[in-house]
Amino acid sequence: MQAILKREIKSYFNSPIAYVLLGLFTFICALFFYFVNIQSQSADFNPVFSTISFILIFIVPIMTMRILAEDRKNGTEVLLVSSPVSVWEIVLGKYLAMLVVFLIMTCIVAIFPIIIFMFGKPPIAPLLGSFIGFMLLGASLISIGVFASSLTENQVIAVFLSFVMMLVIWLVESIGNALGGWAANVLNWFSLTSRYNNFTSGLLDIPSAVYFLSFISVFLFLTMRVIEKRRWSQG
Amino acid sequence: MIEIQNLTKRYGQIKAVSNLSFTVNKGEILGFLGPNGAGKSTTMNIITGFIPASEGSVKVGGYDIMENPKEAKKHIGYLPELPPLYMDMTITEYLNFVSELKMVDKSKRKAQLDDIMELVRISDVRNRLIKNLSKGYKQRVGLAQALVGSPDVLILDEPTVGLDPKQIIEIRKLIKALGKQHTIILSSHILPEVSAVCERVVIINKGEIAAVDTPENLSKGFGTSSKFSVTIAGPKSSVEGYIRDIYGVKYVEQNLEKEKDVINYIVESDKDIDVRRPLFFAMAKAGYPIIELKSMDMTLEDIFLHLVTDEKGVEQ
Repeated sequence: MQAILKREIKSYFNSPIAYVLLGLFTFICALFFYFVNIQSQSADFNPVFSTISFILIFIVPIMTMRILAEDRKNGTEVLLVSSPVSVWEIVLGKYLAMLVVFLIMTCIVAIFPIIIFMFGKPPIAPLLGSFIGFMLLGASLISIGVFASSLTENQVIAVFLSFVMMLVIWLVESIGNALGGWAANVLNWFSLTSRYNNFTSGLLDIPSAVYFLSFISVFLFLTMRVIEKRRWSQG
Repeated sequence: MIEIQNLTKRYGQIKAVSNLSFTVNKGEILGFLGPNGAGKSTTMNIITGFIPASEGSVKVGGYDIMENPKEAKKHIGYLPELPPLYMDMTITEYLNFVSELKMVDKSKRKAQLDDIMELVRISDVRNRLIKNLSKGYKQRVGLAQALVGSPDVLILDEPTVGLDPKQIIEIRKLIKALGKQHTIILSSHILPEVSAVCERVVIINKGEIAAVDTPENLSKGFGTSSKFSVTIAGPKSSVEGYIRDIYGVKYVEQNLEKEKDVINYIVESDKDIDVRRPLFFAMAKAGYPIIELKSMDMTLEDIFLHLVTDEKGVEQ
């Protein structure tokens, strides 16, 4: 598993896409930081977090598109599956690699609150909550991306699939609110975004954290099943 | 070393492999021969645990590939039809990754990789990106990958496909040399390759075993008659008569007249009776010298065609 984890991180930073995404993400963060915090002279970083968490549904699909699709296309899947590692380890190794890449991205975001702290003392709890929420949200979106990448050997289709899935998940809350009544309750319970919002107020919302982790587990499990299923049906 | 029992692979109604059973002994090179689509790759994918079988069992080094995949896979090095290479890595990076994946002891890793790279002769390009290598080198890196962790069993799926003749000879030599320490299954649809390298051949067709034997026995033991070609200096009418009179001769046919009254015949005789000696004495007595005499073993091609096509196809 470690071998796969290391290889994927290295391979990710070998491609130009990594730097384009990293640059784009940092640029967008900086842009919103400028408008929300500097220009309007506010010390509240949370609105920036909310905005960039939406940007994730564009960035994560591109980040994860090749993670499994490429192995299938190049035939390296045979190497992984026929070596003495289980499918579970393969999926987990790949997922964790993407998670590490994502953490590197989040570290860059952390620069901006540090700048604020250099000049003042904003309340730390909501910021920390947002940070944890942002990471959990990102981790969940990555699990969707990994799953989408396992479904196809075409990276463009993988991007499209994960983007659609993420968009639906993003819209679940608004759809629920529009419907109202019990549908709103159910859909809000499932919505990643409403769970994320719980964190932004500075609450360490354990049930939500558990929900995020279960969400990730389900998608990783599905990914594993997809690979297993294909092993049975291919020649 | 490898025990395969009643292996069957079904896709819906279609049977890709049906009821295969054979064993491969330690240190043996087994050729796996069959036309395209006969189920060679499917069988190899099952042996290596890449795809599961519908029925039957595969045991490698005593471990069942379905029940104890991790242990079984540790004994196997696999070179699939398409070498599983990461194009964005250098050879050294790639082989290091494979050693980690196969859990090779860290202290042994470097020495082992150096040996392997020396053996398949890729040391001089070790720091080049795999995507920039030629097809022959890629194939060798694929082979190197299979050798990592010095597994007891090597499964090689068409290892010489797409290489130039010189490379083919090199790879064959290498495989023969590897056969001294490893048990090897080698698939191919090229017959000379199998007869050059393998000690035993399994011929499969439409997912079923058509024959299992050594290349020599296959070419000797097939059919009920043996065939040879003989060139004799003498008038056709009388020579043919003499040959026909020899006990055991079933069939004589003039093949071509090389010079005037020097004629080449194809003679078929009962398999159990050697007619070459009586033929020599008969001709010596008659005063017609034998210029050339050679037996015509059925080539693996003949056997192969015989086994995988209908009788009609062979007669044509």
